[in-house]
Amino acid sequence: MTGWLSPQDWQALALSLRVGLLSVVLSLPIALGFAWLLSRKRFPGRILVEALMFLPLILPPVVTGYALLALLGRNAPLGQFLGEFGIVFAFRWTGAVIAAAVMGFPLLVLSIRVAFDSVDRRLEAAAETLGAHAWRRFATITLPLSLRGIAAGCVLAFARAFGEFGATISFVSNIPGETRTLPIAIYELLNVPGGMPGVNRLSLVAVFVAIAAAASATLIAGGALWRRSSDDAR
Amino acid sequence: MIELAMRHAFTDLMLDVGFRADVRTLALFGDSGAGKTSVLNAIAGLLTPQAGRIVLDERVLFDSAAGIDVAVAERRVGYVFQDGRLFPHLDVRANLLYGARSRSNGAGVDFDAVVALLELVPLLARAPSSLSGGERQRVAIGRALLAQPRALLLDEPLTGLHFEARRQVLDYLRRLKRELGVFTVLVTHHADEVAALADEVVLLAGGQVAGQLPRDEFVAARTATGLLQAV
Repeated sequence: MTGWLSPQDWQALALSLRVGLLSVVLSLPIALGFAWLLSRKRFPGRILVEALMFLPLILPPVVTGYALLALLGRNAPLGQFLGEFGIVFAFRWTGAVIAAAVMGFPLLVLSIRVAFDSVDRRLEAAAETLGAHAWRRFATITLPLSLRGIAAGCVLAFARAFGEFGATISFVSNIPGETRTLPIAIYELLNVPGGMPGVNRLSLVAVFVAIAAAASATLIAGGALWRRSSDDAR
Repeated sequence: MIELAMRHAFTDLMLDVGFRADVRTLALFGDSGAGKTSVLNAIAGLLTPQAGRIVLDERVLFDSAAGIDVAVAERRVGYVFQDGRLFPHLDVRANLLYGARSRSNGAGVDFDAVVALLELVPLLARAPSSLSGGERQRVAIGRALLAQPRALLLDEPLTGLHFEARRQVLDYLRRLKRELGVFTVLVTHHADEVAALADEVVLLAGGQVAGQLPRDEFVAARTATGLLQAV
C-alpha cells in the first residue's frame, strides 16, 4: 500500500487520523461534564447552553470556521492573548484539531447524554445510601453503565472530525503537511488537472477508515468490555 | 433508638407521621399507599420532608426547624430496596464491598461474617443478573450490612419472592437479628413478617399513625380477628 499511496497522500491521511483522534481525546472530558450537567441538573440558562452547544451541528461549517478565526485568529483578542504565550491555532494543525473538536462536540455530548439519561437513577440512589458521594457515584455507577453510549459518541465524533472540511479550511486553510487533511487533499485534487486518480485513491482510503471506525464501534459495544452480557442471557 | 416526626404533602397523600421507638426491630405496617416507604426514604434522606425531625441513636439526621439535613451518603443507613438494586456491572463480591467500611472498635460486622451468615460464598463471582430473587435479596442485605449501618432499612424485602425463597430470606433475617443485633426498620404489609421479625409495630394508614404496639399484642389482635394464622 506504501507504493499505492503517494507521500502526500500518506501525509494527509496521517494528519486526518491525528486530528480526528486528538479532537475526540481532548473534547471527551469536557463533553462528559456537559452531558452530565444536561442530564442531571436543572439550572437557569440551560436551554441557551444547549442551543449554543448544538450550533456547530446546525450552522454551515464554514461559518463555524469563520467564528473560530474571529475568536482565535492572530488578530483576534483571544488569539492575540494566547499568542503571547506562544499558543497559535490559526493556520496550524492544532487549529484543525480545534475545528474538528468543535464540529464533533455536539454529537459527542448528545450520545453521552442519552447514555447518562438511560442509567437507572435508583442505582445511583442505592450507591448514595452506601456512602458514595457524587464523584464516586459518577465514576463507579454512572460512567461504567454508560460506556457503550460513550464509545458510540467517540466513534461518531471521530467520524465527524475525520471528514471535517468546511470549518477546517476556513480556520486553518490548506497548507501541505500542516493543515491539509484528507478531505482537503481530495478537494484540491478535484481542482487539479489529472487529479482524478488521486481523488479515487484517497476516497477509497476514506471509505476504508469509515468502515474500520464503524466496525470498531460494533466490536466495542458487543465485545470484550461487556462480556457480562453472556451472563445476562442466563 | 429512633425518633421521627414528619409532614409531607404528596399529590395524593398527606403524610403526617410521628413515632418513637427503642427496640431492636421496628416494623412499619400498613396497606400499599399508607406512606411506609416514604417514611423509610425520609430516614435514608432520599425524601426531604417539608417539615419534621428525625433522630437516629441520638444523632439528628433531619431537623427542618434547625436547618439540619444530613447528606444521604453521611447518614450511615443500610437500605435494602424492594427490588434489591444490585449494581449490574459488578459481580456479587464487588457489590458486597461497594459500601463496605472497616469495623471500628470491634463493633459492626466484617465481610467473612456476613458472607457466612447469609451463605453467599457460592455466589461471590456471579453476576447479579444470574441470581434468583431470593439470592439477590440476600446479597442486597449483605451489601447494606457491610456499610456498617446505624440502622438497617428493609423495604418489603420479601415482596415478589416465591414461597420457598420468601421462607428462606425470612430465616436469614431472623438469624441476622439474633446474631448481629443491628437496629432495623422493616416496612411490610404482611403480618407474618411482623410476627417473625419485629419487636414493636407502628401501624400506618392513609399517611398517619393508626397505632403503635408491641409485637405480641399485634399478633394476639391479629390472631383473635383471624387475620393472622400459623405464626
